[in-house]
Amino acid sequence: MNSAKVETKKNPIVRFLTMNTSGQTSGRSLPLWRQILLQIICIAILLSVMFPIMYIVTLSFSPKTTRPSTLELIPKEISFVAYKQVLDRPTGNPVTFIELLRNSVFLSVGVGLAALVIAVTAAYAFSRLKFKLREILMILVFIPLLMPAVGLSTPLYLLLNQIQIKQCAGNQIAIQPFTSCGGEAKGKLVFNLRDSLLGVGIAMTATALPFAVWNLKGYLDTIPKELEEAAAIDGADTNQTFWQIVIPLAAPQLAVTFFLGFIGHWQEFVTTWLFLSQPKDYTLAMTLYNMTGQYANSVPWNRFAAMAVIVALPVAIVYIGLQKQIVGGLTTGGVKG
Amino acid sequence: MEIAKSSKKKTQWKRASLPYFYLLPAFLVMGVITFYPLIYQLIISFTNFESKDLLLGLKSPDLQFIGFKNYVDIFTAALPVENFNFFRVLEFNFWWALSNVMLHVPAGVLIATLLNTEGLWLKRIYRAIYILPVVVPPLVVATVWTNIFDERYGAMNQLLTSIGTYFGNTAPVYIRWFEDVKPPIPGFLPGAPLTLAYYAMMVANFWLGWPFMSVVATGALQSIPRDLYEAASIDGATGTQQFWGITVPLLRPAMIPAAVYGFTLSFNLFNFVFFMTGGGPARSTELLVTFAYNLVRNLRWYGVAAAFAVIIFVVALIVFLITNRITRATQNYQEA
Repeated sequence: MNSAKVETKKNPIVRFLTMNTSGQTSGRSLPLWRQILLQIICIAILLSVMFPIMYIVTLSFSPKTTRPSTLELIPKEISFVAYKQVLDRPTGNPVTFIELLRNSVFLSVGVGLAALVIAVTAAYAFSRLKFKLREILMILVFIPLLMPAVGLSTPLYLLLNQIQIKQCAGNQIAIQPFTSCGGEAKGKLVFNLRDSLLGVGIAMTATALPFAVWNLKGYLDTIPKELEEAAAIDGADTNQTFWQIVIPLAAPQLAVTFFLGFIGHWQEFVTTWLFLSQPKDYTLAMTLYNMTGQYANSVPWNRFAAMAVIVALPVAIVYIGLQKQIVGGLTTGGVKG
Repeated sequence: MEIAKSSKKKTQWKRASLPYFYLLPAFLVMGVITFYPLIYQLIISFTNFESKDLLLGLKSPDLQFIGFKNYVDIFTAALPVENFNFFRVLEFNFWWALSNVMLHVPAGVLIATLLNTEGLWLKRIYRAIYILPVVVPPLVVATVWTNIFDERYGAMNQLLTSIGTYFGNTAPVYIRWFEDVKPPIPGFLPGAPLTLAYYAMMVANFWLGWPFMSVVATGALQSIPRDLYEAASIDGATGTQQFWGITVPLLRPAMIPAAVYGFTLSFNLFNFVFFMTGGGPARSTELLVTFAYNLVRNLRWYGVAAAFAVIIFVVALIVFLITNRITRATQNYQEA
């Protein structure tokens, strides 16, 4: 009984890998014919899982730029030419891989963090505090979750497009809509919030924020109230309870909510593609799309494969590290079980 | 006396208003970047908003209020867009989400049960590898599978060719997965013909979807007490009877939220569908979200797109209310 308790605390990937593996302890063993039958099924599933992965990995290690005309699932030779080329010059535009990476990281980490910080107090209020408008306000927060990002893009485009910095004649700086160059003078556009990573980040927060509130509230609901009640008896007020008890208890889920934001926005495509026009602001996800989209025929396939592997890696690493919390947070914590 | 009364009142007021201070940051930000755009979207859904109005917005002199014309146009397929029928897209969208979940959940449960078999060799290795699809971003999965289903160089046709050669058929297989508009099984879904592209997408999304369900099922399987199975086998229950009588009912509490999550995820799977088929061929695999993207990005009919977004919102609200009844997501701690 005790060991089972300890086991549930482990990371589920560890749990998944180690659970029930000892057929010997139970004393029963599988008849050989069933063992063989099940092994065949397992291997068939294994092959189907590995098929696309091996295909793309093989392609990425190929020194040739064309796709093979027959099926190749095991690299004939390991060549890092494609990786090197992608890292040196990822697109036809004068933008380095580091810049693309920086843009992707800036957007996904920035949006994840911003949503988390803004959401946490609201999630606490919805989970623990009693107030008149609770139901109505909660519905208001969750309503935007039903709107896909593309549904809000036009108004956000217009809103962010209004904030521009212009250089007027005579080296004056005008910040629209607060100041303008005066008269009919147009001035030179220096900065357009809509066409910047900051603006896209703000637009992405619009949908990330309600999700963060929802996810955190779901988790806070599962924390037993006894500790907070004990603190209240000891004379702690709501603020003290929040900062000194709830925040430390919720720390793991805060991390998970942040990483869910990171994973989701690492591959964000809609908003970035609609808002950004300058290649220097492009992200890795946009670059991957460019490789498969209209310019597909001119793109060397080994480079495309290498790029796919590179885009997948950060998310894969985060996911494997936080497997338990992510799966748990999405199914039992997020929606009340 | 007076002072004590007023300070008591003050603390009361403070206590009553405290929750609103906790909500303030979120609502300030959402007011500007979420609620304002939602209302704006609602307003321009009743106008003929186009690219030329982008500069001045609602102040644009060309902007006209045209009542429910955008909505009527969408519902009656009066938009000058080829192959667009709202109800067909809606039907396909629901079927897409439903058919995915109907395959992913049973497959996930079965494979989790398979790996739970006592005495199975190499369990650890299988578990480690079966998890891989979960960790690859859908964007990458879609681009990779598009490539696999390529007509000439795709691995799928090459695989079918090698299987064909094995059975004595030397002709190379050239299936046009993403171009063929003729449904392979006519009349399978009345009103929304399912093209080969749909099946290609199902294969790819199946690869992506079942491992997650399998992880959830594995966690739930672990919490089923071993004694139950032992008692059942003493009573003479077969493996199949144990599966239906013990495993399935006890997995249900874990699998239903997972299935609801999977459904909503598939319903709005923009990245995946957009990167695999872009809604084609002939809009046969178009989802509501991909068509909304088309309206904004390619057609630039912002008024129509706004009306479409409002419609998506209403559809999503209905889906939410139904699934919410199943999972009771908004229930708070006290009510539980």
